This record gives sequence, C-alpha cells and structure tokens, in this order.
Amino acid sequence: MPKFPAGNFGTDPTRGEELFVALTTAPDPTRRGPGSVRAHTERRGPGRFRHSEGLAGYVFLSPWLIGLMGVTAVPMLLSLYLSFTNYDILTPFSEVQWVGLANYERMFTADPSYWHAVRVTLTFALIAVPLKLAAALGVALLLNRAWRGVGVFRGLFYLPSLLGGSVALAIVWVNMFNRDGAFNSLLSLFGIQGKPWVNDPDWALETLMVLAIWQFGAPMVIFLAGLKQVPTELYEAASVDGAGRFRQFRNVTLPMLSPVIFFNLVLETINGFQGFTAAFVLSNGTGGPVDSTLMYTLNLYITGFTELDMGYASAMAWVFLLAIAVITAIFFSTGRFWVHYSDGEDR
Amino acid sequence: MVTVTPTDVAPTAAPPNARRRPGGRPVLRLLILVAIVAVVLYPLFWMIGTSVKSQEEIVNNLGLLPERFTPGNYTAGWSNFDVSFGRFFLNSAMVSLLTVVGNGLSCLLAAYAFARLRFRLRGMWFAVMIGTLLLPQHVLIVPQYILFRTLGLVGGDWPYLPLLIPQFLATEAFFVFLMVQFMRGVPRELDEAARIDGAGPYGIFRHIILPLSRPALVTTAIFSFIWTWNDFFRQLVFLSQLEDYTVPVALTLFIDSTSQSAVGPMFAMSVLSLLPVFLFFVAFQRMLVEGINTSGIKG
Repeated sequence: MPKFPAGNFGTDPTRGEELFVALTTAPDPTRRGPGSVRAHTERRGPGRFRHSEGLAGYVFLSPWLIGLMGVTAVPMLLSLYLSFTNYDILTPFSEVQWVGLANYERMFTADPSYWHAVRVTLTFALIAVPLKLAAALGVALLLNRAWRGVGVFRGLFYLPSLLGGSVALAIVWVNMFNRDGAFNSLLSLFGIQGKPWVNDPDWALETLMVLAIWQFGAPMVIFLAGLKQVPTELYEAASVDGAGRFRQFRNVTLPMLSPVIFFNLVLETINGFQGFTAAFVLSNGTGGPVDSTLMYTLNLYITGFTELDMGYASAMAWVFLLAIAVITAIFFSTGRFWVHYSDGEDR
Repeated sequence: MVTVTPTDVAPTAAPPNARRRPGGRPVLRLLILVAIVAVVLYPLFWMIGTSVKSQEEIVNNLGLLPERFTPGNYTAGWSNFDVSFGRFFLNSAMVSLLTVVGNGLSCLLAAYAFARLRFRLRGMWFAVMIGTLLLPQHVLIVPQYILFRTLGLVGGDWPYLPLLIPQFLATEAFFVFLMVQFMRGVPRELDEAARIDGAGPYGIFRHIILPLSRPALVTTAIFSFIWTWNDFFRQLVFLSQLEDYTVPVALTLFIDSTSQSAVGPMFAMSVLSLLPVFLFFVAFQRMLVEGINTSGIKG
C-alpha cells in the first residue's frame, strides 16, 4: 500500500503493531534511566567529550534534518501557499495567481463531489474499522491460549495484512466480486443469483470494506500482545466472585484491554481515511461506479494529478490534515472516559 | 461468544500443554479457527487457481482448481505489454533494495543521535520526529511533486530519484523510532567502556552501536522492502514512462485494457508480484508476526 517517506505509517496495515510497541514501550530517550552510566559521566561537567558530542549529534542528525526541511517542512508550507492560489502544474510560478480563500470556499460551498468524497470516506471508515477491530479481537480471543500450532494460525491470519495493500490483491478482490468471481460462485451454491457487485454503486464500496476487514491480522497481533498483559489474578478473583465467562470478558478483559482497543481504533481510523489503492484499482482511477468509491485521497489525486488543479488539491490536503488532527484529538479527549490505565502497569 | 478463561492468560512459566484445562473445548475452538483460516485464505487460493485457468474456465469453472492446467497465462502476461514484466520486476527490485539501503543507513544515523548523543534541542527534534509519524503522505504528495519536478527530477534521466531521495534522508520516521527504541536496550556500560578506551561518538557508533543494532537493521530492511514493493501511490505519481514502471503501476495497465481475455495473464502477474512478499513472509514469519511485537513489549 502507498507509504510515505516522510514518516507516515498511515496506510500500511502492518505498521501498526511496531508503532504500538514503540509508542507504548519507548519513553522519550532524552530522559535518563535510573542508574545509567550517563548519570555518572554527566557529573563531570562540560568536558571535551560533551562538546564533541553536541557537534556529533548534529552530524548524525543531519540527513534527517535535511529530510525534515526539504521533504516535509518546505513542501507543507508550499502546499499551504498553493492552497490560496489557482496553481496548475502548467503555468510557471511567476504567473501563479493568489485567489485568497476561493479554493476553500469552493470546497465547502460549491463542490458537491468533494462532500460526496467526504461521505464515502466516512462511511467506509465508520463501517469497516469497527468490523475489522471486532474480527481482530474475536480471533485474538480464540488464539489467546498457548498451544502448539497457535503460531501457525497467527501467521496465516497475519498474511493478508502483508499482501492486502498491494495492487495485485486489489485486482484479485475486484475480480472476486465481479460477475464470474468466487463470491458469486459461492452464492450460487445456495441458489442465489449474484451480480457484478463491483459495478453496482450500492455495493462497490462494501466490497472494499470487506477487503479492509480481511486484513484484520495486524490489529489482531496487537490485541494478542495486549491480552498477554492482563494479569491472571484478575480472572481468578472474578471467578471467585462468581463471574461467568461473559462477565469476566465484560468486566476484566475489556477494561484491561481498553488502551489497546483505543490504540487500534485511532490507528485503523486514520488508516481507513487514507484508503487509496483498492479504490483506484476498482474504479480504474475514477472513483466509480457513479463515484461510489471516491475516497478522499482518490478525489485529491484526481484533482491534483488528473485535472492538474493543484491549488485546489493543496487546499483539500490541508483540510484533510486538519480533519485527521481534529478526529485524533476527539479520540484522545473522549478516551479518558473509557480507556482504563491500570496504575501498576508500566505503559 | 468465546471468552477468556484464567487458563487462557496463563503466565509464561508453565509449558504450553500443562495449561490446558479440561472443559476448554479445544476441539470446537480449533474447528472455528480452521473455518476462519479457510475463509481468509480462500482469496489467495482462488487467485492462484485462476492464474492457471484458461479464459473459458475462468468464466465457466466455478471450482478452485482448473480442469486443464494452463501455465500459458504466465508467459502471456509476462509479455503482455510493449515492455516485458521482467523489466518491471527489475525496476521494482531496484527501488525496493535501494530504499532498504537508504532507510537502513539514514535512520540508523538519526536514531543514534536521538538515543545516545546529547545536543541542543534534542527533545524538540525528537518531538518533531514523532509528529511526522502520523502525517498522511497524501498531504505532501502535491508539493513534493512540484518540488521534484522543479528540480528536473520527475521523468528525468533516472526517474526514481523522487522515490529514493526521501528514503536516504531518514524521512521514514517510523524506522527511526524503531531503532531509537532498540538502541535504548543496548547497555550504556558498553559506551562507557569504549569511551574509557578513547572512543568518541563516532567510534562508539562504529564499534558498539552499529554491530549491536543488526536485529533492528534486519527488521527495518524487511519492512522497507515489503512496503516499497507493495507501494503504489508514490510510484503512480512519479513514474510516467512505461519502461520505468514498477510492478504495481504496470499491473494497473491490465485494468485499462478492459478486454476479458486479459484476466488470466493479469492474475498470473498478480501472483508473481506477490511472490517476493510471500517468500519474505515464509522466511521471516516469526519475526514479522511476533518478533518485533513481543520483543518490544517485553523490553
């Protein structure tokens, strides 16, 4: 799946687990651990080593700094500027016209296809993400038991997350839900007459949702890691108190797992918003049939690189960025009402 | 609803079998899992089966296996376009391998600075790096395209520069993060010992951190390769000449040629394109699925 050199893990489903590990286990390295040798050397004051270390720090950091400036910061500022212009790639920079807020005005008031794309994207994320996480949690619960062969299952469930973002798999998917595809053969076994689902505006997006859900392995692995952290004593205590399996799940597993659920939810939602490849393949880059798969990023791509309306596309990009920031902030602010962080845990 | 019992979350002390308690319905659980595996893997088997079916069978034979094995789809797909798929595979391999090199090198340098060296504004830069983790690539693609095009690098003599330059500048913050975290696990006593022996920051990097970071480098290499191999968006944007196409971009050409006769060859090339990722999966399964995950949580 598309991935981003400027440090985005966004659209890649496999990226989640490592990031989760990184976010949950790597405190700021600028903080010193207790009893580290560092503490000892520090006390010697600003010696020659510390001086050379400061210089060396920037030497080692220089590729990253150049990348930050050249590939991330400057493009972001350029994008912000362009969003106030009518820039298309064909006119030279000197003739670019400042149009003020016209692009944003058009986006919010005069472009129904923009809002259609927003709706498609939200629909996709609102349905696919919860189902994907439910599948991931359900299978993780089934697998959360040490027995021989569990590794094989875990590997097989994870495989779609590695393959699913590719063009090749999107091609397979589209054909699978086409007239002569595997899905209709399955239906015909039950005597149901199928149809070319991918060509039906009412069903095309649903086939993409199924593709997203199919890749439940990546969040599943994270759930499994989380389940291993739940202390056994809690279940024992619940069991002593007479809680059945369902009560234990409801009152022990879910609260103890809520930080992991929260993490998966944030990550998969952001991923869901960025779905591009499958929608592109299904619609041959148009967002069809009848704009039913016009995901936000696909709309942005069409605007910027097919219609060459790069000023407008830049405005879309900035609204996208802000929307993701706002949604993430909402997640975090509501999270404290339902995410349970146990005190004893070193998270 | 299957819920967790105390035995499910047993600590790691006891051997696996000792934990199984009667009444855990292992058979039922196994049956459910096998059923889910069948559903999950069905698309992959269907893909492989279809890739060796004749056009007629693709339409009429609803089964998984072909009645007549038709490997001709592979040769037909290989040379379906003016440029052979061999070229596309070479292009993809080159981009992916150079990305592996670039990410490994540049992220390791940055990670060493963040994890081990003290310098002004380090905390701020580290926060910025974390901030870029969540930045969607679609936000930057338009201005990056404009910048690289202004520099004459888009569709230039070697059109892969816009794809590769960022990878040599540690912009894949995710890997920087991974390595920082890994290096934190390397005992600082080793640094100190080297320091006493007269090593400076460069010597410590060369003789302590670099050799000890091999596991993190291997992880970075594997994921760099798989993600770049599967990447579509950037390659779609930056590659415009047929002979420069990578495999994912070339595969979309099959969709353009809407004729039904291309389905077999299209599937054959899809199977081939997934093969490297699949081989990586087979070779590094443990590492991909649990290695990074559990090592991080235990660490």
